Amino acid sequence: MLSRIVTRGLAGLAVVAGVVTLTFLLLHLAPGDPARLLAGPEATAAQLAAVRTGLGLDRPLPAQFVSWASRAIRGDWGLSLATGRPVRGMLAEAWPWTALLVSLSLGLSYLLGIGVALLQTRAGRRLDTALSAISVALVAVPGYWLAVVLIWIFTYQLRLLPAFGAAGLDADFLGPGARVADRLRHLALPLATLTLIGMGGAARFVRGALFDIRGAAFLAAARARGLTEHRIRTVHLLRHALGPVLTLLGLSLPALFSGAVFVEGIFAWPGVGRILLDGVAARDYPVVMAAATVSALLVVAGNALADLLRAWTDPRVRDA
Amino acid sequence: MPDARRPPDLRHRIGLALLLGLGLLALLAPVVSGYDPAAQPDVVATRFTPPLAHDGLGGFHLLGTDRFGRDVWSRLWYGARVSLTTGFLATLLSLVLGLSTGLIAAVWRGPLGVLLLALTDFALAIPRVVLLLLLAAFWTPSGTLVVLVLGLTGWMGIARLVYGEATALMARPFVTAAEALGGSRRRIALAHVLPNSWTPVIVAAALGVGNAIALEAGLSFLGLGVQPPAASWGNMIASGRDTLVNAPWVALAPGIALVLVVAACTLVGDALRDRQDPTSATPGTAVTEPLSR
Repeated sequence: MLSRIVTRGLAGLAVVAGVVTLTFLLLHLAPGDPARLLAGPEATAAQLAAVRTGLGLDRPLPAQFVSWASRAIRGDWGLSLATGRPVRGMLAEAWPWTALLVSLSLGLSYLLGIGVALLQTRAGRRLDTALSAISVALVAVPGYWLAVVLIWIFTYQLRLLPAFGAAGLDADFLGPGARVADRLRHLALPLATLTLIGMGGAARFVRGALFDIRGAAFLAAARARGLTEHRIRTVHLLRHALGPVLTLLGLSLPALFSGAVFVEGIFAWPGVGRILLDGVAARDYPVVMAAATVSALLVVAGNALADLLRAWTDPRVRDA
Repeated sequence: MPDARRPPDLRHRIGLALLLGLGLLALLAPVVSGYDPAAQPDVVATRFTPPLAHDGLGGFHLLGTDRFGRDVWSRLWYGARVSLTTGFLATLLSLVLGLSTGLIAAVWRGPLGVLLLALTDFALAIPRVVLLLLLAAFWTPSGTLVVLVLGLTGWMGIARLVYGEATALMARPFVTAAEALGGSRRRIALAHVLPNSWTPVIVAAALGVGNAIALEAGLSFLGLGVQPPAASWGNMIASGRDTLVNAPWVALAPGIALVLVVAACTLVGDALRDRQDPTSATPGTAVTEPLSR
């Protein structure tokens, strides 16, 4: 198990290093001059050169990369070109929000997806088909559109839930109970968007995994031993389908994070995704570099976690 | 070959009918639209006409008009052209890349194969949206760029599938026979392995098309894809989002069209996969279909 953790860790680091290098190359090979952007359209050649030297842009690309990487490893992520704030501080504030949103929606969508799939194993043909159709529709819905629709219904029509930010403007003046309620109300729509989308895919996959083993001999044996259908379904059937589900859980993380970027942008959720979007819009190079690195780290860590979880729950994988 | 004794797969039919219908409407956009998708005759008189109503100039609008008085129904089908073309071309590119990567890795093996597989796993672990954003935001947005970007970030699932399929085929007697007869690797790859590994690829492609269409709309939604005034489903949703309060139909119509297309691709993919392996009920999700966009 230990060697497995070490191998996974090294592979994960390699992926992060690759993403960082790729991001750096893409940013620096792209057309457009950050110095020109920073100095403004009326800057003289001398001013441009000064800005370039200040940012280190006049040095060769590999040297720039090495100096960025060595500073990044030591925890110095530079200053945001747009706001002048330390990038590290911005991300330190942002990543827990993204982690909260992504992990909650991942957990909820799988719980609900597994529930729907279990219901489908004992439902009649009609209900099964109807639930499958709903799953397909949920898989097909783009997150940003679902977000827009939910805002239309719950914010504009019903005036029930806020559609902007993670806390109300008056949050600092609320009592502790009211503050929690305010947080939850702000969490509701982003979380519902991501959960609904993830749920369709999870339900489809778990239903498939459950139906695949429905005729398996060990289920017949369990029935012969006189176990209740309920016990068979929840203990034997579900346990068996857990392996592929955990693998999928890891694989779906990059996609979930992608969805979170759109959703954070729409709901102004103060996470890494929104920082990335803002940074991209403002051509804020240090911010984009850092946000890409952090998102790669989150995804790789999640993937490794799913892998280890899988090994932990399935002895066949653990000992392989 | 479809089995004549098996009852026709309803999902396949519904999915294909949806795709054909929407494709036909997109193809016939100039005929079915009735309005110029970018026309803004008299903005004040025609804007925010609700669906199934006449505007101030007496023109009838099936799906209403947006804030510039442009006909949503017409824009929908001109936008469909962009969305469908981009989706199909991007998937085609992914298909070519994924097929060659998987095939080469399986047939040539050795260090090259290991390298290609490592590259695939690496690309699979990158958050796709980060790459899309970087490419779309820092390079000048254009239709070609979107196709390239979507194609270049969507081939890994197909490569994995082809690799798995081709590796299994490499151990089969007919490949061994071809090797024994002195067939070159290129010949084995193209004449023996490729024709036998098509089916999972087609399934992945069917799912991939829906995915690419949704992502293209996502980029346009962020203003990084198709640029206004040209219509695309993504930028229609984005502009409709600003007028949700007084004209929700502007954002709802293209979204529903988008859901229909992606669902149709999913249904077709499911049906094809079942035909290929009727014993398994697992949908073709694992590698190719993201759980969220």
